[in-house]
Amino acid sequence: MASTDTAPGSVQDAPVEATPVEEASDQHVQAGADLSKGAPVTTEDVGAGLDALDSVVVQHTPFTQTLREKVLPPTIAVLLVLGAWQLAFELKLADTYKLPSPGMVWQSLTDLWTQGTLFSIIWTSVWRGVSGFVAAVVIGTPIGLLVARIKSVRAAIGPILSGLQSLPSVAWVPAAVIWLGINSSAMYAVILLGAVPSIANGLIGGIDQIPPLFLRAGRTMGATGLAGARHVLLPAALPGYLAGLKQGWAFSWRSLMAAELIASSPDLGLGLGRYLENQREFNDMSGVLLGIILILFVGIAIDLLIFSPLERRVLRSRGLLVTNR
Amino acid sequence: MSPALTTSQAATGVEVPGDRPAVRLSNVHKSFGRPGAVTPVLDDISLDVAPGEFVTLLGASGCGKSTLLNLVAGLDKPTAGTIEVPGPRPALMFQEHALFPWLTAGRNIELALRLAGVPRAERRPEAERLLELVRLGGSYDKRVHELSGGMRQRVAMARALAQGSQVLLMDEPFAALDAITRDVLHDEITRIWAERQLAVLFVTHNVREAVRLAQRVVLLSSRPGRIAREWRIDLPQPRRIESSGVADLSIEITEELRGEIRRHGKH
Repeated sequence: MASTDTAPGSVQDAPVEATPVEEASDQHVQAGADLSKGAPVTTEDVGAGLDALDSVVVQHTPFTQTLREKVLPPTIAVLLVLGAWQLAFELKLADTYKLPSPGMVWQSLTDLWTQGTLFSIIWTSVWRGVSGFVAAVVIGTPIGLLVARIKSVRAAIGPILSGLQSLPSVAWVPAAVIWLGINSSAMYAVILLGAVPSIANGLIGGIDQIPPLFLRAGRTMGATGLAGARHVLLPAALPGYLAGLKQGWAFSWRSLMAAELIASSPDLGLGLGRYLENQREFNDMSGVLLGIILILFVGIAIDLLIFSPLERRVLRSRGLLVTNR
Repeated sequence: MSPALTTSQAATGVEVPGDRPAVRLSNVHKSFGRPGAVTPVLDDISLDVAPGEFVTLLGASGCGKSTLLNLVAGLDKPTAGTIEVPGPRPALMFQEHALFPWLTAGRNIELALRLAGVPRAERRPEAERLLELVRLGGSYDKRVHELSGGMRQRVAMARALAQGSQVLLMDEPFAALDAITRDVLHDEITRIWAERQLAVLFVTHNVREAVRLAQRVVLLSSRPGRIAREWRIDLPQPRRIESSGVADLSIEITEELRGEIRRHGKH
């Protein structure tokens, strides 16, 4: 073959697009032939066929399968732990005052129930935790928006905000007690210091991960400024924001329990953390274990009842939830 | 020279002398970078797109075709020269569908209608009509991830039309689709363009696609982008991409394009 410097020789093997329709024959490639009438297959037919072939079928898992795959394994795991615990008790691996049986912890629970204090103890802490968390959302969201969107603000407080996340908020308890006294304000201060950075960082992460294409598409449609924030920025950042909220709740709950454990005052009422500390002072190990289990239970319950369904719903509606097969 | 190449006016006949162009670029320059290290991307581009005219911009990488569309869409400003687009903000379609995954297909279209100032009561019926237009009637409640690639690009087309502009800018909108789907979408855009009398500025690096679709093919040279040559094409629509008319012209234009590209290898 001649050298490729001579243009006419190289035209023959010009890299043109492969012919898309294989059965294209010479009969119906004459330029200008009205193909929509004479040809047996119209564009509409081909398009409809492609749509049917390409469509993604979204399947919903049946209830029994959910039960088998999602409920059964954790139930079995809990039963195994209880069994091992009971076995250790029967074998007298430790003194009873150190290792009570599951039945004795259950006894502590029914005692609280018959005294009528079980729900008030849980409610004192949950109310505090939830209202503190809501306040943290109200404060953390605008902070996150400002840091994410304004360069100088990000440079100024962005690193501090992410650094605060690694500071255990229990470290704030002594300071909060000195500043605010042993009262509810100190509790709320510790919750806020724990949860606000998580929530703000979640929103910042969510905004940073928005594909630039969405912002461009929004701008070509005229979604700028406030309309852009409302119709593009915030909905696009929602998955990251939700993850931040979830973590913010976990931090709120942890900080609160730590604060309740450390700070003791009749003004504070009896919450779960205080109950736990009281039982330690009475050397009541089954009460201590009950306190731990109740704290864990509340944390898991809030996550399972509120955050997980919300997160799954958002991710599923966007096709981001990968189903295991 | 191929018999299809003439200097006649656009086949639709909407172009009347003295008509205001739908898009007019006058001596547009665009460069990036800061003083001292300036990279020119577009050099003295002057181009009119008449109302109802279908123009494809063809070029290899580095010719600044996407930059040019961004300028016309108002996403960026030219360094020098003027760009006139009378009427509402032109709609822009991307290679990716860019539909918002938190909204259904219909809601995506309604958002564009809302941002274009269409009153609430009219949005839903108008969105349904636009979905019908792209043959997706009944897909209003579908989520973006439930649609195939071709269906997503059709929803994106409906969303672009919802902006109410008579100018449609398309930035390689079919490049990521398989050849069969692309072929179908070529037919669809041709039909919608004719039905709605749109002025289309369509960027591509695919010569056959350019010839299949356009009334006028504008070849851009690379680094910086300049208009190298233009062809008017009056093969009747709908054309087929595998037809001999399209193929003959494609060979000629490809040759020219290769010549443009070859210049960059010689120093």
